[in-house]
Amino acid sequence: MAENENEPIENERENMDKTEIAPSSLAGIAAGHQPKTPGSNVMGVGLEARGVHAWFGEKHALSNVSLDFWPGTVTALIGPSGCGKSTFIRTLNRMHEFIPTAAMAGEVLLNGEDIYAPGVDVTKIRLKVGMVFQKPNPFPSMTIAENVLAGLKLAQLKSENKDDLLEECLERAGLWSEVKDRLNTYGGALSGGQQQRLCIARSLAVRPQVLLMDEPCSALDPGSTLKIEETISHLSSSVTIIIVTHNMQQAARVSDYTAFFLSAGGPGQMVEVGPTNEIFSRPKDKRTEDYVTGRFG
Amino acid sequence: MSQTIVPANTTPKPAKPWAASSKDRIELALQFIAAIAISYLIVAVTAMKGKLAYVTIFFLAFIVIDFAVNYIRRGAPAAKDALFRGFVTGAVFVAVTPIVSILLTVVVRGYKGIHPNIFFKDMHSTTLNDAVTQGGLLHAVIGTVLMVAFAMAISVPIGILTAIYLTEIKGRFARPIKFLVQAMSGVPSIVAGLFILAAIVYPFTKNYNGIEGSLALAILMIPTVARTSEEVLLLIPGDLREAGVALGGTQWRTVMMVVVPAAKSGLITAMILGVARIAGETAPLVLLTGGGDTTNYNMFKGPMGSLPYYIWKGFNNGTDQSVTRAWAGIFVLLVMVLVLFGAARYLGNRKVGK
Repeated sequence: MAENENEPIENERENMDKTEIAPSSLAGIAAGHQPKTPGSNVMGVGLEARGVHAWFGEKHALSNVSLDFWPGTVTALIGPSGCGKSTFIRTLNRMHEFIPTAAMAGEVLLNGEDIYAPGVDVTKIRLKVGMVFQKPNPFPSMTIAENVLAGLKLAQLKSENKDDLLEECLERAGLWSEVKDRLNTYGGALSGGQQQRLCIARSLAVRPQVLLMDEPCSALDPGSTLKIEETISHLSSSVTIIIVTHNMQQAARVSDYTAFFLSAGGPGQMVEVGPTNEIFSRPKDKRTEDYVTGRFG
Repeated sequence: MSQTIVPANTTPKPAKPWAASSKDRIELALQFIAAIAISYLIVAVTAMKGKLAYVTIFFLAFIVIDFAVNYIRRGAPAAKDALFRGFVTGAVFVAVTPIVSILLTVVVRGYKGIHPNIFFKDMHSTTLNDAVTQGGLLHAVIGTVLMVAFAMAISVPIGILTAIYLTEIKGRFARPIKFLVQAMSGVPSIVAGLFILAAIVYPFTKNYNGIEGSLALAILMIPTVARTSEEVLLLIPGDLREAGVALGGTQWRTVMMVVVPAAKSGLITAMILGVARIAGETAPLVLLTGGGDTTNYNMFKGPMGSLPYYIWKGFNNGTDQSVTRAWAGIFVLLVMVLVLFGAARYLGNRKVGK
């Protein structure tokens, strides 16, 4: 391709080809989503990963990932299974260490301070960096209302007006109108999509600065997925969101930035990161291009 | 467009097309009759005798007929399926028969000894040989209730905390403790009794009382509660623990607010199994409690009666009256345990949704 660079006509065609890389309208979806300018919405420095590695026992699962997350943006992490996306986001709120054989290296800076520094209270970190899991997991012994407010009790936080907080969180998670008449019934009776939004409401109640979502829609039907995506767009103005997804349309729809992870047999690595519309229309790396166009993975 | 047979606006009647037809039922009845006939025939012709022979031959004959019928009608796989089903059903009957038989025997033999007095009077001025309408087993009921309750108060917290250590904290000592708990659950009850005798009675108290019996029961109950609770806690999905911790909870608060409530009904089952283990224990109580005949509410002083002790004494005595008293004691003990089971089940299921 490089030999054509001097010919303007060829060059133009090449550009056209590139915009057609994702004929399945992925690029089209992403193009409609203008990324927010970094720093335009200043709410602290945000979250920065610096040279993060992760291991499970002897297995090197993730190698040297450096990635900045700007306040008020949505970042999607895409890539095939086993490439370390979930492992990576679990290092961001110190859930990684929940696995007994886990180890890590590198720094994760939250508002400029390393969350792995000695003496840091891990429970405070997890309050600021909330998490929504792949499978909806409302607490079975609690009602809908108790589920939403569970974080306050778990972290022993005080709240002035619990009813307002309850309504606010359910409203932000897009669930209020569906459950407002049955707040005292058990969460287990809700549908899968409602349960997942209940889990989002639950993580919002402790007012996190960052929300990590680990494939939040992979167990849900398209209708519920759409609702969760709407919820994500509403939240993105006030919370920094990092979402792992296998659904590339979803990444294109909801995210401002996209990072592509890949493992070529060895530890997972971040291949490329950029504004979502660029990743889906003009990826710099051949492997990203192959992945987003569906040539593998 | 295809024609619809049923007009679009009528709802069809719900039916079960897969249910057994009347022809199937008649066939099954004929199989039964044939099996009964064969069992009579064989018992009459051969030297075999008694109920056991009838039942065994009936069962085998039925299985053979069922196998043959299914083989002819539906082929070899269906016949094997029928054979398997027949043996499993037979095994269930074999397992259930002794249980039902025990319950029936207790009721049949025990009811004669049941009269209102037994819950209001004790044996301090009555001998085992007096008419069963005299005296009662208040002292034994009170003793059993107090000792089991105290043993529960000790072993339920210890057992559940041990299980939490094994499943949640998973500390350095988890493996050896797990091994010890498993080994302890096989300890014969008399050993627990002898241990208390050697460790407490001989060196210190030099006396028999309720608390010593209770401690021995607690030793027996802890491993049962710990092991069952461990199994129950292991069933709680790791997701819930992660969710609790991800919300900023400490491990302790996550365990107490999320894991234990989610396991509540299972933990109550663990408690029930523990009580079931000790409620009828006799050996340590014979060794340690002195088995008094007077109602004693003080666990720390004086001999204390109990139902197992009373039953043991009644059978040992050997007269008609005393044996009837013993059966009545078994009856009361069974009813008490069943009431406890029912109450615990009710409490355990009351609030949990789903």
